[in-house]
Amino acid sequence: MQISLNINGEDHKVDVDLRRSLLDVLRHDLALTGTKKGCDHGQCGACTILLDGRRINSCLSLAVMHDGATITTIEGIGTAEDLHPLQRAFVAQDGYQCGYCTPGQIMSALAMLTEAEEGWPSYISESLEAEPDLTDDEIAERMSGNLCRCSAYPRIRQSIAEARAQMRAAK
Amino acid sequence: MMAKDQATMDVTLTMDTAQPRRLDQMVQGVLGGAMARPEGPLKVRGAATYAAEHAVADLAEGVLVRATITKGKVKAIDEAAALKLPGVIAVLTGGPLLRNPAQGQASEAPEQVLPEVHYFGQPIAVVVADSFENARHAAQTLRVTYTEAKAEVDPETASTVERPKKSQIETGDFDAGFQAGAHQIDALYHTEPHTSAAMEPHASIARWDQGRLELWGSYQMLKHNVAELADAMGLPESKVRIHAPYVGGGFGGKLGIAPEAVAAAHAAREIGRPVRVVMARQQVFDMTLRRTETAQRLRLACDATGKITALAHEDRVSNLPGESYSEPVAQGTHFLYGGADRRFTHEVARVHRPAAGSVRAPGEAVGMIALECAVDELAEAAGIDPVELRLRNLPKTAPKGDLPFSENALGRCLKEGAARFGWDKRGTTASRRDGDWWVGLGVAAAVRTNVLEESIARVTLEPDGSATVATDMTDIGTGTYAILSQIAAEMLGLRPDQVTVKLGDSDLPKSSGSGGSFGAQSCGSAVFLACQGLRAALAKRLGTTEEELTLKDGTATSGNRRVPLADVLDSGLSATGHIKPGDTEDDFAIAGYGAHFAEVRVHAFTGEVRVARMLGIFSIGRVLNRLTAESQCHGGMIWGIGSALSEELQHDRRDGRIVNHDLAGYHVPCHLDVPQLDAVLLEDTRDDQANPIQAKGIGELGISGAAAAIGNAIFNACGVRVRDFPATPDKIFPHLPFDDWG
Repeated sequence: MQISLNINGEDHKVDVDLRRSLLDVLRHDLALTGTKKGCDHGQCGACTILLDGRRINSCLSLAVMHDGATITTIEGIGTAEDLHPLQRAFVAQDGYQCGYCTPGQIMSALAMLTEAEEGWPSYISESLEAEPDLTDDEIAERMSGNLCRCSAYPRIRQSIAEARAQMRAAK
Repeated sequence: MMAKDQATMDVTLTMDTAQPRRLDQMVQGVLGGAMARPEGPLKVRGAATYAAEHAVADLAEGVLVRATITKGKVKAIDEAAALKLPGVIAVLTGGPLLRNPAQGQASEAPEQVLPEVHYFGQPIAVVVADSFENARHAAQTLRVTYTEAKAEVDPETASTVERPKKSQIETGDFDAGFQAGAHQIDALYHTEPHTSAAMEPHASIARWDQGRLELWGSYQMLKHNVAELADAMGLPESKVRIHAPYVGGGFGGKLGIAPEAVAAAHAAREIGRPVRVVMARQQVFDMTLRRTETAQRLRLACDATGKITALAHEDRVSNLPGESYSEPVAQGTHFLYGGADRRFTHEVARVHRPAAGSVRAPGEAVGMIALECAVDELAEAAGIDPVELRLRNLPKTAPKGDLPFSENALGRCLKEGAARFGWDKRGTTASRRDGDWWVGLGVAAAVRTNVLEESIARVTLEPDGSATVATDMTDIGTGTYAILSQIAAEMLGLRPDQVTVKLGDSDLPKSSGSGGSFGAQSCGSAVFLACQGLRAALAKRLGTTEEELTLKDGTATSGNRRVPLADVLDSGLSATGHIKPGDTEDDFAIAGYGAHFAEVRVHAFTGEVRVARMLGIFSIGRVLNRLTAESQCHGGMIWGIGSALSEELQHDRRDGRIVNHDLAGYHVPCHLDVPQLDAVLLEDTRDDQANPIQAKGIGELGISGAAAAIGNAIFNACGVRVRDFPATPDKIFPHLPFDDWG
């Protein structure tokens, strides 16, 4: 079946097997291998992308469900010459080791920061109404869907906090 | 020019005697600093290519099929039915397919036993199709019939138990010494099996070109992997090339060639087309090597002053029949503490569970849990502070073999760590409460044997004054790209960004590979030696000696002569460095040391444990890159949190299969399980006996003892002594102090 996807600002028409996950369309059909397959089961977060602006596990979604969708992947947020503040902070803070979960961590963080800006509480937020205070614990709770076996967690969160400060200052 | 100078430029060193601290005399000032990884911008853009991601034309997709019996034979596979399904190209069984991955540094093929089945989950076939979905469907619906045999799967009751002779050691008279102690501890500890669970699943792309096999894989030790793959496929090593420029985590899980590589190579040869085989996450659990479960009996006795006089560490581990590897559980115990009367026994139960092998810090990762908790128990029994008890038991020489220590900063780590952590605020057992939570502190020593492995690297000074480092070494997240560029830059007086590091290609000079925490020091030493060769050649061209030559910022200085490096290079210079282990490893006890401190909170009603604070302080000789070294410490400490609190493979008691074979069932720590950590490196220590760059391993030291600090903190918090790890709430909550039930 043919579907249309807008990915990182570009329109793509893809003829997909009905069984093919959105993740495999990105990786196999479009050679966008920045989005990683860690478990294919929604358990690790390595395949996190933005679907119409929200983060999802692209392994858990069939491509045919998303005809006409707008997708952002790691390839769409920064370039070699102009890295996204999150990308820059991950490099500076050593917010990774092997790098395999990294695109998922960054895409998840990007959406998470938007969620917080929009006032979404998390499971551990003190208040459901107040603007979330993105403490280290709050970031940890909101990022716990992204596993990192190298266990770069402390520096991933430092990277996110640093990037957030820079992004807010730039506004 | 290059050929003529070559013989004098290549440098080989066998590590027979202490080496001078040449790197301390270099002036570029880039080694040891917190330099960001050069490959970082690729990783954060998703542009670093991992095994399954290399663009190879005309790829067919292979999916592995696993055995659904524990022991017996594959009687028949309905290949004809599978071949009728859309897109299916071939169904392959038998032949070179592997039972399980090669053990680390095996350099030969692992067992190839089909049609026999030796464990539940063993790969028995690979189905190849034109798409992943078609291959997966055919693999999942493949009809397989078996002849089943009875299998033993429980290590406790196994009828075959081996006792390797070299691991049964008695010194003095343990029984008498133990009886004579003023205080005694006799405790049984258990640890559950672990798995590496690297985020990148095992994956291989195989392509044949005129009888030569090219494989893109996710592997840690390419020279061994080439030998293993060649042996498995019946090829000379010269006919195999492996690429692994980026490896998405290893931790031991990618030391040896694994079933997917041979399946891809076999299938590609059979169908005459490149084939990619990627293990599903469940297959990674089923078919790659796990860390054995352990049963450990610790007996410790001390005199009235807390001095350990007798020590016994006896363990039972398991493995599949035919695997020579067994977890060296007591490895750290041999030289950490003294005591004249000592006993070590080691048993290997043969069971039909998935094969066991190396997972981060084999030996110390689990042996130190039992040892360091038992030492805490001894401190409690003797009424001595656990830091103080350890300080009273620092041996002057290594108890095993009475060898001198090359460098041992355990005492310093314990003292400095205690001061930094606020150890003096530790209360008596079950004395601190914060609302519904008990709060407690724990300590444990860290130790990890240090190994140097033979390693070769080539360093080339290009005509423009930049440099290229080439070796088949891998970077599995450890920071190899960074540290090799720093070592070369420091030695040659360049900015690190003027050094290009080429790794992960088996056609390059053969290195140690990544494993056993020996990669940085072994490969780093080879790069250091190659640079020494280049420095000597440059000195000769400038009419001076290597000692008199200063290289800084691309300029060579000797006496009052200064010349831009590029001016003396002509067509370039190339040298090979070759390090070999030598007498120092027999003459000295060489290890990394450290100490872990943990603060935990134990929920008074549920027994849930949260790590609130953790500090690890380590002595690893020269620090090559503070940033990546600290990241390695974090990784080890967090693995310690996992093994302390949540990680356990659960085997079905009937058939030995791994029940929780995914990341929802096997609980690696997640963000919220991990607080900000304090990792401290003693930056002034050097180990002159270890290697010419005086650096020791760090990737495994950080896990060794970490879980014990958490176990000991649990005891201090609430008085519950956990001896079966992980310390899940069910093991704590029945024993919590009763008066808290309100």
